Amino acid sequence: MNILRSEWTKFASLRSTWLTATVTVVLALSVGALSATGQARGYPDASAAERTAWDPTAASLTAITVAQLAIGVLGVLVITAEYATGSIQPSLLAVPRRGRLLAAKAGVFTLVAVLIGQLIGFTSFFLGQAVFAGQGVPYATLGQPEVARAVIGGGLYLAALGLLGLGLGTVLRSTAGAIGTLVTVTLLVRAVAQALPERMAAWVNKYWPTASGERIFSVVPTDGALAPWPGFGLLCACVAAVGAGGYLLLRTKDA
Amino acid sequence: MSDTIIEAVGLTKRYGDTLAVDVLTFTVQPGRVTGFLGPNGAGKSTTMRLVLGLDAPTAGTVTVAGQRYADLARPLHTVGALLDARAVHPGRSAANHLLALAQAAGIARTRVDEVLGLVGLESIAGRRAGTFSLGMSQRLGIAAALLGGPPVVMFDEPVNGLDPEGIRWIRTLMRGLAAEGRTVLVSSHLMGEMALTAQHLLVIGRGRLLADSTVDEFLHRHGTENVLVRAGEQDGLARLLRRSGAHLGTDGDALLVQGLTATEIGKLAAADGIALAELTPRRDSLEDVFMTLTADAVEFGVSA
Repeated sequence: MNILRSEWTKFASLRSTWLTATVTVVLALSVGALSATGQARGYPDASAAERTAWDPTAASLTAITVAQLAIGVLGVLVITAEYATGSIQPSLLAVPRRGRLLAAKAGVFTLVAVLIGQLIGFTSFFLGQAVFAGQGVPYATLGQPEVARAVIGGGLYLAALGLLGLGLGTVLRSTAGAIGTLVTVTLLVRAVAQALPERMAAWVNKYWPTASGERIFSVVPTDGALAPWPGFGLLCACVAAVGAGGYLLLRTKDA
Repeated sequence: MSDTIIEAVGLTKRYGDTLAVDVLTFTVQPGRVTGFLGPNGAGKSTTMRLVLGLDAPTAGTVTVAGQRYADLARPLHTVGALLDARAVHPGRSAANHLLALAQAAGIARTRVDEVLGLVGLESIAGRRAGTFSLGMSQRLGIAAALLGGPPVVMFDEPVNGLDPEGIRWIRTLMRGLAAEGRTVLVSSHLMGEMALTAQHLLVIGRGRLLADSTVDEFLHRHGTENVLVRAGEQDGLARLLRRSGAHLGTDGDALLVQGLTATEIGKLAAADGIALAELTPRRDSLEDVFMTLTADAVEFGVSA
């Protein structure tokens, strides 16, 4: 409990934390709203097949995709800022049991990331549906089947990406290295995969953790993709594996 | 007071090909300032990191109050350490930096204000640490070390970058802490500084223990005493002193006498009717003694 309070003090006492969080939310919601407007305008020209695949919930949640890197970076900084500034040393003197230090960081950050995630998820959902309704395009409501799961899932996906950042930061101890890896994992691999032979591309689209995790904020199923919870579970398992690696390195490597 | 002793047994640390700490065995006792001396790269900081569990020893053990640092139930209440004054997030205020440490260690919030007052930073407690001068950072680091009121304190090169007033402040603080019965270990590569602050010395070079003694013993054992003499009739005096078994050297136009005390030289000269212009007993400074002792243990020495 003490260590959690200490980690909250560390997190909340930095101006950069609040700035990053605010910019993340504002940017995500703005781009999300623009994207919803664009998709609504395109709807009248869409083919019948495209209209069948129209998923107003997912279409309103572009903000999640936009925010994923920013929240991952916030997670990276929770640990790498300690290494960059050297403050990891007084931190470890106060809490020499390193697993507890990491657990407290993860606990505080999970809380923050879930809150930011839900804020972005729900706000962008309501914004998006208002845009769709205004343009006379089919829209979703929270009461429809699977929709609430997708909206809440979008926030959870962001929290998972944030924790992935924290895990990568713990493994690599370097801000630049961890952010580089994060960008590669979330964006580059999937972009490059589309240029691969079809079977490999399909495999990446189905099983690559950030791709499978995205199923949690879709309502309309996609062919060849995992179901929402198994897909998100795969992402969470990978995040947990990275975190476990970070824990082992933190325990065994010199500070 | 075995609950305050720092004890290293066969402590060894290897980084790749470099043997930073080479089978060190020592204890640091309470109630006095122990100076931890060695040239840069001798392994002082590494040893301190091993004591604090930041790095793991390759071999051997080191304990504080009979336990490994990581096993201490209340680490900040047992050991206070300042290793690197700049190891603070520059965006965090001094007060919040200390508050986060206090919370982690279960120390009352009021103690933060107390230690800030103790080091004279209360007026800038809300300022971001990144705006601090090195001297202010050192004070903040010392405030952090004193948070838990620990019976053992360790400072790594605390006077680096301080102005004379700051140096005197730290010196007084360390002596005060020792006088209260605490164990005080302070590292430095400045021998003169240690002569003024420490009562006991641990000297290391290339990771090996070169001396473990009081400051006086250390000087006595490793230093040589000689006397500087000047006289109008210097050649006659030189013959006289040589006959009495002294070894003579010169220092400018003066004689440097080894093997006779100033009193003996004075008596001899008076008996022979030689008027002395100067008679000055000289003892090697701690600096000289240290240089001699560590001459072959300096990692990046300049060959003469």
